[in-house]
Parts: sequence; structure tokens; C-alpha cells
Amino acid sequence: MKLNRRGFLGATAGAAAAASLSAPMAQASGSGKPKVVVIGGGAGGATCARYIAKDSNGEIDVTLIEPTRTYYTCFFSNLYMAGIRDLRSISHSYGKLASDYGINVVHDWAVNIDREARTVSLAGGATLTYDRLVLSPGIDFVDGAVPGWDLTRQNKMPHAYKAGSQSELLKAQIEAMPEGGTFAMVAPPNPFRCPPGPYERISMIAHILKNRNPTAKILIADPKPKFSKQALFQDGWSRHYDGMIEWVGPDFGGGAVEVNADEMTVSIDGEVTKVDACNVIPAMKAGRICDMAGITEGNWAPVIPHTMQSRVDGSIHVLGDASNQGDMPKSGFAANSQAKVAAMAVRSALTGSKLFPAKFTNTCWSLIDEGDGVKVGASYEATDEKIAKVDGFISQVGEDAELRQATYEESVGWYRGMTSDMFG
Amino acid sequence: MTEAADKESRHHRCRRGKIRATVASALVGAALGAPVLANEFGDPEQGLRVFDDCKSCHAVGEGAKNRVGPHLNGVFGRRAGAEDGFSYSNGLARMGRKGLVWDFDLLDRYIENPKAFASDTRMAYRGLKDEQDRADLLAFLRQYSDNPGDIPEAPPTLTGTDHSVAPEILAIQGDPDYGEYLSSECTSCHQLSGSNDGIPGIIGWPAEDFVIAMHAYKDEFRPHPVMQMMAGRLSNEEIAALAAYFEVVE
Repeated sequence: MKLNRRGFLGATAGAAAAASLSAPMAQASGSGKPKVVVIGGGAGGATCARYIAKDSNGEIDVTLIEPTRTYYTCFFSNLYMAGIRDLRSISHSYGKLASDYGINVVHDWAVNIDREARTVSLAGGATLTYDRLVLSPGIDFVDGAVPGWDLTRQNKMPHAYKAGSQSELLKAQIEAMPEGGTFAMVAPPNPFRCPPGPYERISMIAHILKNRNPTAKILIADPKPKFSKQALFQDGWSRHYDGMIEWVGPDFGGGAVEVNADEMTVSIDGEVTKVDACNVIPAMKAGRICDMAGITEGNWAPVIPHTMQSRVDGSIHVLGDASNQGDMPKSGFAANSQAKVAAMAVRSALTGSKLFPAKFTNTCWSLIDEGDGVKVGASYEATDEKIAKVDGFISQVGEDAELRQATYEESVGWYRGMTSDMFG
Repeated sequence: MTEAADKESRHHRCRRGKIRATVASALVGAALGAPVLANEFGDPEQGLRVFDDCKSCHAVGEGAKNRVGPHLNGVFGRRAGAEDGFSYSNGLARMGRKGLVWDFDLLDRYIENPKAFASDTRMAYRGLKDEQDRADLLAFLRQYSDNPGDIPEAPPTLTGTDHSVAPEILAIQGDPDYGEYLSSECTSCHQLSGSNDGIPGIIGWPAEDFVIAMHAYKDEFRPHPVMQMMAGRLSNEEIAALAAYFEVVE
């Protein structure tokens, strides 16, 4: 048999057009096909919706709920801040998921989940029924995590940890810093989305400042004694941005931070510093909808590693940052990897397709300066207790410039691969 | 020490064990009167004869020019795919960009099985299986490289990296449906469009090339940490399934 992806796509295009015209209500009460609702259109949700639709050959109705029409990837948003990529290059639409895969894409907020009735209520008033629900809502911030900061302050002290307007805002504030000014970052405690993210961001901000404002200073207050790729970042900072970056760990009060957004001050262990731009990345928790569904324990939603099913409710699968799964970092790559395992499990449960053993992978590339890329990655498998790390690798300090350039180019190739895996 | 570094040093330790054994046998050879120098294990005169097979395409020595293959003056210490004016395969050129510099060990592996080392190599040569022939050939070629410091004292052949894939493994008929499921791990990075930018395309490869390439990573014969990790945990059946899928997917 000759496998032909395009043949399948052609066959479903007509169904896709019909599905996207029908209202969510009609969709929910329509055909007798099993129904999957996916909440959240990021690396976990978009991938999962696409794989279920693609591999079930039209046997499953898939609805994707995502409030935004344009998705900005968090990965590479730091490169946008550095001016290495433009905002358009990290923006994606959901058009192909509807037109090529027949997914019913609904741009709305999910505001309630009734697990008993298996329904999802949307802010716009519709109610959807599901046989399986996939939650991939990403993160929200823990209230009161950084004294002096809450969401009403996010324009003065952006978090920029959900890409888009927040990224634009932080970039503009850094570019407007006075000569010799100070940028501060309040780094988050573990566990949080994208472990190398804050430190790649520091690198990219240093890259801007080195060119535009070379006497400016960067201050990081960090509650963690160590961080992802620390040796690689610190080596890179001393090579590219010598003397610009000061990292204050918990031994020196990095965990005892307060901010004042009106005064633009940061207090570290009682010592107050006036800053010109400030990026507050608070402690994180699973996207709120997980709490509403009553499937969280603590800040995250525990899952069964083999299928990514919630440990509280087997008809709900939780993907990516929101899940508590074990050893995988909260990354877009990890969410994409988990999404494929969940998609297989959902299809198996609803259509009896074959269930293969779960495998997971992750690689995180980071950019230290233009052309100086590093990576860390690992493979994982499901145990009854958790997703457990099997094997891993990390870039080494002292690699030559050509290898670092090649690593960066590999990350650009990965970005294309990942986003076409998510959005078709 | 990181896991990777630790693994690397273990790798070197076991390699040295093998080297000592080979030096011992070379010394026995010397005692019997064979023309083996203390710091050599291959015979350049024998190597000249082995080179007969190569010289329809490769030139070496004074005034050597690129022909069907690149000239081989200074090949020890040369970055792979980097000789000016020669048009290399994408694979070798990529390895060079990623920092691969030819040394004894890498040349030895390449000559042993060129296609296992770089699937798309333009060198139409089936490989030289005899370890001593390779040592002789490299001893001959190294005379035309400036830096003898690059040349080890003994053949660093590594046990367990017999990259010529066994016929029974090549004979496994992969299940393309299983391959399609497994392929979702590949498509996080490799695009189904077959794009070659940054990360090479893997669509439409002949199944045998695919299997050989994956086993070359699995055996840590090909250097790339991500691919060594990915291939390292795939079974022979899983590799065959992926090969069957990627061969026919469009």
C-alpha cells in the first residue's frame, strides 16, 4: 500500500468546509461520531487536535477551543525581542487545522467544565459535549507570588511569558531605557514554563543593550540556587556581555523580592534599586481551567504517564505545562511530544485503534548571542509512577563557533518542523 | 561531570584498552622483522598498493588536483566537505559545518563503510572491510598531510561499532503503520515537506539507506547527540518500521 497524506487531506477538505460553517451547538448534537474537545491551541492542544483528526480519518469529531485567532509561539519570542526575528515570523493562524484537517476551530473562552455531564461551557454561551476532553491550557500565575505585582501591573512590569502583546511591550520598554539604565528580571521558582527561557531572554536583552545601550546593566533576582544550562549561559555571558549581567541567587536574597510598579523599584532582600525596565516572571500554576475542572492537586494536574489521562478523571487528558507528569520540563517540545501520546490514547479509546507504548522526547535550544546556539535534551518513557528520563545530552562549554552556529541553524529548522507539526 | 561527558570519557577508556592490545601485536610483528616503526601500525608501502583502488578518482602528492573526488593532500586535519572547489554531498558538507575534522579514527570509519557514515556521499565505493588494509592506506595517505601530531599511535578501532548492518537486520520487513505512529517523534523536528534547512529531510529515502543510517547513529558511529539518543532507544523492528513508512510517505 502506498501511503498518501495528500489523498487523505483532499478527501477531508469538503468535510472541513462543512464543519467550520456549522455552529458549535450543532456540532455537539450532530453526528453519532465520538466527540473530542481540545481546550488550548498551543504546542500541546494544536498538535493533539491535528493528530486525532489526521489519524482517525474522519471517524472522530474534533473541536479546538482557543480564544486567540493568532497564536504567537513562546519559543523564539526571545529572538523577537532581540530583533533577530520579527513578530510575524512567530505568529500562526488556525486556518489549516480547519481547512485541511476538518477541525472545528472555535475562538472562545472555555469557562466551565461539567465532568458529570461531560460538557464544556463557553463564554459566548455555547455548550459542547465530549466523549474525551483534552486540556492544554498552558500556565497562569500564582496570585501574590511577587509582592507588589499582580496582573493589573503587567503593563508597567510585563511578564512577557505568554507571547504577543506582552513581548512587544517589554521589547519597547527595553529599547526606551535611558543610557546606562538598569533592566531587572524577577525570575520564577521551579517548576515553570521553559526552564532556559528566562536566561535566554537575559542573553537576548543583553544582545540588544550591547548594541544600543552598552553601559546599561542587567540585574536578575532569582529564587533558585541553580538554573537550566547555567554553565553554558554564564560562560556565554562572560564571552559576549562581560560585566553587564549580575545574577543574584537565593544566597544573596534573590528569593526575597518585592517590586513597586509605580515607583519602578525592585527590592532585593531589603535593598531597593531603581530600575528602568522590569520583567516580572511570577511563580506559575496550571491554566485556570484545570482548577475549574477540579483535576489539580496543588498547582498542577497529575496525569497517568502512559496516556496523559488525568489521575482524577479518565475522560480528561492533560498536556504540556499544566500537567504534573514527572521528569519532563515544561516546554513546547514536551507538550508536542505528550500530545501525540494522548492523541493515540484518545483514538484507541474511541475507535479501538492500536495502542503502542508511549515514548517522549524533548530538546530545548537556546540562543546566547547571534549565531551562538546551545541545546539540551532527553528521551523519556512512561512508568506507572511518572514520565521517567531515560537518556540525555547537553551542549558543552568550549564548543567551536561553527558548531554553535550549526546548533542555532538546527533550532531554526526545528522551529519550522515544530510549527508545521502543530498547525499543519 | 555531565552524563554526556561521562559517557564520552568511558568511551575513550574502552577505546584505549583496545589500542594497547593492538600495539602489542604490532610489536610482535616488528620483532619478526616486518617493516613496522614503533609509532606506526600501517605500512605505507602496502598502502600505496591499496590506493590503486582509489586513484581513478583521487589524486595525492605534489600538484594533485581535485578530480572525480577531492585531492587528498592534507586530508588529516581537514574539515569534512571543505576542500575549495569541490562539490560535496549535503551530508558531508553538513558534518563539516558541525565541526567534523578528519582524523585517523574518522577516516577509518568513513573508508570502512562510506554509505553508513554519510548516506548521500558521492563516493561510489563499497568500503574497505579489512582493518589492516585501511591502516596501510591511511599510513600511505598521512605522508601527504603536514601534521603528524594528528595521527595516533595505533588503530583506534572501537569494538561494538560494526556499522555494516547485519543482513538479518536489513531483512526485517517494517510495518509502515507502526512506522507512522513512531514517525510522530521524528516530525517534531524533521518536516514532512522534506525541507533540508537546518535539519535534513528524511522523506522518500530508500529503506535500506534509512536503516543503515539509523543503526550508524544507534552504534554511535555517526556523530550527532540528538540522533544518537533517538536511534539509541529504537529496536531493530522499530527502525525497520520507520524506514518502511518514510520510504513511501509523500
